[in-house]
Amino acid sequence: MHIIVCIKQVPNTTDVRIDPLTNTLIREGVESVINPFDAYAIEEAVRLKERLGGKVTVLTMGPPQAESALREAVSLGCDEAVLLSDRKFAGSDTWATSYTLAAAIRKIGAFDVILCGKQASDGDTAQVGPGISTHLDIPQVTYVKKIAEISADKALVERMTEEGYDTVETPLPCLLTVVKEINTPRLPSLKGMMRAKSVKITKWTADDIGAEPESLGLDGSPTRVIKIFTPEPRKGGELLKGDTADVAAELVELLKDIAA
Amino acid sequence: MAGSITIFLDKCNGCTLCVEACPFDAIHIANKKAVIDMAKCTFCGACVESCEFNAIELKEDACVKQDLSRYKDVWVFCEQKKGVIQSISFELLGEGRKLADKLGVKLCAVLLGSAVESRIAELSERGAEKIYFVDHPALAAFQDDPYTEVLVKLAQEYAPEIILCGATTIGRSLVSRVAVRINAGLTADCTGLDIDEKERLLLQTRPAFGGNIMATIITPNHRPQMATVRHKVMKEAATDKSRTAEVIRKSYPEEVMKSRTRLAGIVAEIEETVNLAEADIVVSGGRGLGGPENFAMIRELAKTLNAAVGASRAAVDADWIPYSHQVGQTGKTVCPKLYIACGISGQIQHLIGMQSSKVIVAINKDPDAPIFKIATYGIIGDLFQVVPALTKEFKRVLNR
Repeated sequence: MHIIVCIKQVPNTTDVRIDPLTNTLIREGVESVINPFDAYAIEEAVRLKERLGGKVTVLTMGPPQAESALREAVSLGCDEAVLLSDRKFAGSDTWATSYTLAAAIRKIGAFDVILCGKQASDGDTAQVGPGISTHLDIPQVTYVKKIAEISADKALVERMTEEGYDTVETPLPCLLTVVKEINTPRLPSLKGMMRAKSVKITKWTADDIGAEPESLGLDGSPTRVIKIFTPEPRKGGELLKGDTADVAAELVELLKDIAA
Repeated sequence: MAGSITIFLDKCNGCTLCVEACPFDAIHIANKKAVIDMAKCTFCGACVESCEFNAIELKEDACVKQDLSRYKDVWVFCEQKKGVIQSISFELLGEGRKLADKLGVKLCAVLLGSAVESRIAELSERGAEKIYFVDHPALAAFQDDPYTEVLVKLAQEYAPEIILCGATTIGRSLVSRVAVRINAGLTADCTGLDIDEKERLLLQTRPAFGGNIMATIITPNHRPQMATVRHKVMKEAATDKSRTAEVIRKSYPEEVMKSRTRLAGIVAEIEETVNLAEADIVVSGGRGLGGPENFAMIRELAKTLNAAVGASRAAVDADWIPYSHQVGQTGKTVCPKLYIACGISGQIQHLIGMQSSKVIVAINKDPDAPIFKIATYGIIGDLFQVVPALTKEFKRVLNR
């Protein structure tokens, strides 16, 4: 079985700080990490390989430094790694990003399952996974919390919903986006860390993946960001003090209109 | 689309107005002339407007200028589950009404389902002037393929200017596919929508980086302009039973209704009847509860308030409560009218998921807990005393 995992390197949210003077995001010194949801996709891919045999290819699009995210994925059990990096990709929205990743997947060749995290923690769109499956014209199941059964030609998965979950059967090849509940990612193994250091990362540019230039980067992106601003930071309010019964009565008085 | 942007060096005097105007930090001054970093430039034109010396020229590629005038009307994709229209649809009809009025176009609803004819009236009462209605057994419950095919066909035939959809599990899966198929721009998880009346553009404002920054996004040259919208941000459309809508019934050949995936079962799992994303009130418990049995106290308060039960990551990771209750970065984002955090310290990962709630109450014994920095009302104290006291008092005051 050939499993492809698409990951994104994102700024570590726990490091995100706001400059109190300029009210803007402080980007300096912010560590880059694998998007938290993608860690579950990597783990699930490695588990599928362990169950069914085969290999895992990890794919990312990003600046040259995204290579470190790929090496980390290899340390966690991925076999091959592909980095898509080209200035022509700059400014891609989710349309162009999914187009580019789909083009790279076509070049990688035959696959059985594509795994993605349900969304990235910087953009939070959840649009790239479904975009890839649409460009490749393959079935998808989003928000997968369990792969209950999988064979060479189909899978039975559980898809998280607002009320519970759906069980969905999908033929392979397919694309699945996964949520946290699907597994608990392992730590890198010593062997994995050794491999991560020496593994050769395949690096492709726009020309390598045979992409249409007008579908890449800003040209291929229907949306434009026209303004970025920092929301008014939320301020702490009132501390209620006193003995428990008084405090409870005071709070209920304050909230009773909302609660009614 | 992109094109070319040129700085006329004879006119530029290095005044830095454009540097300040650029939202992308793409311009700097070198040798007293403005220089644009093309890797950062998005051709937004902010610098062109800011320049007082006509030193910057933006040329858009002529070939991509499409005739967008054939696209009109504001569409709302109305999500139904088991034949029940989801409340997010009414919120979207409320917001869609404002946008349609600003544009001077019709507000339309799209309803896909099986044997949901009886729901049409609800949508017209909520202000839809036109309802695109497709009724077929394959559309009874959401499946990616037939829903995508039908929405693509409708959009291609009737050319809406705007399509709004809830940022729900279904909505985010569906319109992501539709946008790629019809080459449309799609903005996720919007919390603010408006119209640039001069350009007839949808201004879509959304949080990014977990709500630490906000971005306003447009789709200049593609139609429809598509957006998913967060729960509980927009106000529901008012009901007026006297309204009726024009209903456009469409049927499609069987191949359009084919699904490669098969829905084998729908399982309801959340013990409370209230859906976390749609709840007006959320009562959440965290590590401070000390063990799974103490969620009973949280459930009791939630029940009293008809609220949903949430949890911090710490409580979920300790297996005290299922993941479906987790609020925060790797869980759900909620914005209820009232969020009561019990024994939750307020790590950034949790705050991301609830900081846009209208009123936040924090109960924690640690006076330094970060949750107090954003709480509207804070109680420093023992939750094992405070929470039951609150429940009792709410029961008394609300007669529940």
